[in-house]
Amino acid sequence: MASQFPPAQFRPVRAPRGWSLYDPRLAWLLVAPAALLLICFLIMPILVMGLYTFYTFVTAGVEEATLTFANWHEFFTDSYYHGFLLKTLRVGVVTALICGVVGFFPAYFIWATDFRQKWLLLLLLIMPFWISFTIRTFSWIHILGEQGIINVWLLKLGLIEAPLQMLYTEGAVIMGLLHFLLPYMILNVYVSLEGIDRTLIQAARSMGCTNAQAFREVTLPLSLPGLAAGLMLCFVLAAGSYVTPQLLGSGRDALFGNLIYDTIMGQLNWPMGSTLSIVLFFVLGSVAAIYTRYMGMSQIVKGLGG
Amino acid sequence: MSARSRKEGRLGWRITQVMTVLVYIFLFAPILATIMLSFNDSQFGGFPITGFSLRWYGVLWENARVIDAFQTSLWIALVTAVVTTALGIVTAYALVRFEFRGKQILGTLAILPALVPETILGVGLLILIKSIEQPRTLTILILGHILLALPYVVLIAQARMVGVKKIYEEAAMSLGASRLATFREITVPLLIPAVMAGALLAFTISFDNTSASLFWRPAGVETMPTQILSMLKTSISPEVNALGTVMIVMTVGIPLIGGLLVQVVSRLRRRRTTRESAK
Repeated sequence: MASQFPPAQFRPVRAPRGWSLYDPRLAWLLVAPAALLLICFLIMPILVMGLYTFYTFVTAGVEEATLTFANWHEFFTDSYYHGFLLKTLRVGVVTALICGVVGFFPAYFIWATDFRQKWLLLLLLIMPFWISFTIRTFSWIHILGEQGIINVWLLKLGLIEAPLQMLYTEGAVIMGLLHFLLPYMILNVYVSLEGIDRTLIQAARSMGCTNAQAFREVTLPLSLPGLAAGLMLCFVLAAGSYVTPQLLGSGRDALFGNLIYDTIMGQLNWPMGSTLSIVLFFVLGSVAAIYTRYMGMSQIVKGLGG
Repeated sequence: MSARSRKEGRLGWRITQVMTVLVYIFLFAPILATIMLSFNDSQFGGFPITGFSLRWYGVLWENARVIDAFQTSLWIALVTAVVTTALGIVTAYALVRFEFRGKQILGTLAILPALVPETILGVGLLILIKSIEQPRTLTILILGHILLALPYVVLIAQARMVGVKKIYEEAAMSLGASRLATFREITVPLLIPAVMAGALLAFTISFDNTSASLFWRPAGVETMPTQILSMLKTSISPEVNALGTVMIVMTVGIPLIGGLLVQVVSRLRRRRTTRESAK
């Protein structure tokens, strides 16, 4: 473009050392630091972890580089691990579904409202991302705990005799996960609603659709990409969580992430910890792969970039 | 037909409104409870509120471990923010402006740290360090944080970079500016909103990181979130509430003030350019 335009007295657009303007070599130089970081801190660790799954566990903190299938055999035969995996998947699915149903309403409201200060509603949705995740999670103890607001009120009103056991249950874990994931879901659905051409809805209305029909036939189907991206993100983040079950659940409510942490940091069984990590990586990775196979990456990118 | 009359009297819209209010209450009630309880006079961390007191902030101020952890986290987050922003902007520049082999793969790879569960990233890096018999150091922790923040900075910078026409850069170069000068004088100033947003986000991601830091931190080093976790091991104390409140004020206040500053600066600059062009 530019090369056709400049008059003769201007220097031609050229990079130094005779490289063309958008030389791939220069691009490689520019991305080299990031690529190096990704290779050393993302790819290599996963490869080494894969190798470690075949190492032999000797005793806490010690393993041998003798290749064995013992870890994989243990994983596939011991129902203890299967239970953890199933529970983790169940909690992930339940959390993602509730997020989808509950999160759709605010997203739709922000999109459809005449309210002038829309940006304020959006800002309030982004704000939780700035507040420490640990703090957001432990703050639920003040709501659900024995000295939490619900129990204190119910006791005061005389509706219950003894505090209800709400904290340290699976329900509390799911509640904490919802609290953490709802903003992701709402923003994802909102981004996809915002992309809808509003004249389509007017067109549907003018052709005789009722509001409900226009919503069902036009708005809802067109918002599905955002909903799908939100469901995927919520599921993966919920199933990979560690802090929430740690703070809000009892020992029985531990999820796969907690199992991995205990295996590595508690029992110092590195080969088994690697095996469990690779399992989680493949399970969640295949969910993400199925998603991208049908929906592509672009929606996720939009959701993450705000 | 106005949008208002279209919506009026619709049960569905009513339900949407109610649900929206409930969701916002759900999102903020626990946080407000924590802030309220940090001013509670009671020596227990929970309800009921017995009186107003600032003493837990005093106790917090005296707690050397908390102050230490705070400083550690602050430094880590600052370094992470600066390095990730520089790295992310340069990477996004290459990804948007250039065509090269492996561009697609790199683009996907750069988003991956945001999608892979932190536990897995945590274990992986830990095992890599162990297998080459290196100790856990602060440098590795910071590089890990940079990895976690990179996807967000790259995505933000990419989105903005697409909006900056490359004609501007080419014009500068055809007028004799060097490549570096063009990047410094044209590209970066046009990317300022993305740079600011990216740096803030990288700072918050690092300052807030819990799961991965539990794996990566060197022996004896506590970051702010891991310190809070260890304080929560026994029971919830009023001191933790005070600490939470300080953190909330900081992490919400800094981006809010930052965003406000960006707005003011860009408004001033716009006013100046309009005045100059009027001359």
